Amino acid sequence: MIATATENEFFLDPSRCIGCQACVQACGECGTHRGVSMIHLEYVHRPTGVQTAPVVCMHCEDPTCAKVCPADAIKQDDNGVVLSAAKSRCVACSNCVLACPFGVPKMKAEIDLMMKCDMCYDRTSVGKKPMCATVCPSGALYYGPRDYIEKHRREAAVNEFQFGRQTVRTKVNMMTSPELTALPFDVLDFLPWEDKDFDPFALARVRDGAPDAANSAVWDEPALSQRCSGNCTCH
Amino acid sequence: MSINAKALLAGLGIALATVAAIALGSSGLKHFDPALTGYAIGAIMAAFAVGYRFTVWAQRPPSRLYFKRGLELFFRRAPTPHSKPETQNQKLSALPIPYGAGTLGAALARNFVAQEFIRRRSGYRWIMHLCLSGGCTLAFAITFPLVFGWIHFESLATDAEMYRVMAFGIHLDTFSVHSAKAFLAFNALNVSGILVLVGLVMAGWRRFTDAGERATQTFSEDILPLILILAVTATGLALTVSYHFLAGRGHHLWAIVHMVSVVALLLYIPFGKFFHMFQRTCSLCVSRYKKVGDTGPRAHCRRCSTDFASAMHVTDLKLVLDQLGFDYRFSGERGEVHYQDICPACRRGLLAINQGRTLGR
Repeated sequence: MIATATENEFFLDPSRCIGCQACVQACGECGTHRGVSMIHLEYVHRPTGVQTAPVVCMHCEDPTCAKVCPADAIKQDDNGVVLSAAKSRCVACSNCVLACPFGVPKMKAEIDLMMKCDMCYDRTSVGKKPMCATVCPSGALYYGPRDYIEKHRREAAVNEFQFGRQTVRTKVNMMTSPELTALPFDVLDFLPWEDKDFDPFALARVRDGAPDAANSAVWDEPALSQRCSGNCTCH
Repeated sequence: MSINAKALLAGLGIALATVAAIALGSSGLKHFDPALTGYAIGAIMAAFAVGYRFTVWAQRPPSRLYFKRGLELFFRRAPTPHSKPETQNQKLSALPIPYGAGTLGAALARNFVAQEFIRRRSGYRWIMHLCLSGGCTLAFAITFPLVFGWIHFESLATDAEMYRVMAFGIHLDTFSVHSAKAFLAFNALNVSGILVLVGLVMAGWRRFTDAGERATQTFSEDILPLILILAVTATGLALTVSYHFLAGRGHHLWAIVHMVSVVALLLYIPFGKFFHMFQRTCSLCVSRYKKVGDTGPRAHCRRCSTDFASAMHVTDLKLVLDQLGFDYRFSGERGEVHYQDICPACRRGLLAINQGRTLGR
């Protein structure tokens, strides 16, 4: 096994994503992914906009997914890359899927195996770029030297996230405001609270000139009404 | 590295149980073959190490929780969509009924015997793994009872060509050394060796040619176990070749080399890849856990209301995260939210929303 080239780093800037899906297609081409695309391409908030965001494994320094694995199936290499579940050990319990703060691991129920982005281990371990970063046309996914990013981007790269009381440090960097040293993470502002319905247009209002504020008619769609079956603990 | 007292006790307990099983099963060492002492010592050491490692692993919060829940749910009826809601701490009935026996039996047959999950991953790997695990299981099933003196063969005093099979001092069978039964009995280890060799060739080919495996494999975890199995198989077959075709030439040397390779393999079991056969017992608990979770109360995302997991799973994970020292709780004027109550898809969306907010986009 060859050590991962350390001079290159991964930089993620979801705000640059144009939703072209090139990363989704390329991801499955990686040797360790075996035709399965590991990257997530999410609509940030589909009812109010078309903004998409790619999500790759952030490769946490202290990976929650590995810690909650009951079978010791998720290993981290010497360079901090968190690998997919070991095939011999994964018991398909989905602990990692539910515990990852970034929502990255995918449970492939048809083969009882968790698979996740491993930064295209067969490529990065020999100095090549991950597939997604190779094809991304907008720079939302960039893999290369830090000097280049510092020289060509207005944003700054951070690798620390504050999830409530939990600080998570990662190998992959997120582009954010130059004043910040860690990405503050808020959830409470984006939840429907009992005394206040979630305002779907709040996001559009904070973005000057946002072109994608949805027509209010979308809220008449039955599919967007309450989806709770009642067989739960949330009532 | 500190010594884990519980694990030490478990290891010693299993090692002592193995010693007792050898002593009792061989009628007070009467049928124990001293020439096989090395194998017996290796087996006892491996038993200790497996017991120790298993206990250390089973004490980890996520593993412990699955074993605990697995036992609880084994005696609890899986709820139906129409059954009354149950609480996590519902009292067990006075007479525990093994409601989970069916799920456990099916999981044992599917996951351990047929290894059906490997077939769904890859037909090639399934055949490879069946050859390796089947061959090794057959070999262990033959050698352990022989090494421990549980089974031995005796020739009749009146007819040296007739063999009696004795198990735990009880007469099991009598057959002629020229019978088909004798041929099968005396060559069962060779059959297992050939099965293993087929599996080894397939595994070796995959390790050399599969780009994904080549990138992630390590010597100690992926190559060494193949070398150890190859050493045991090759030296075992060399013994057969020696006494069948070479008039016993080199038999003594091969016997020693074979014993060393078997003991090395036994001692590797608790520390390397082979330990997965013990860790996969957790999958039996997971099968029952999923079945009960699928029909029980569900958890809905606090943000999008999507049903994304069983309520039991989310509640248990919060407990495990606390035990592991993670605290993903958000608190503010509006209240408190645990990140486990947000579905993975919303977590991905929130990552982009929060990043965009810091950039004013």
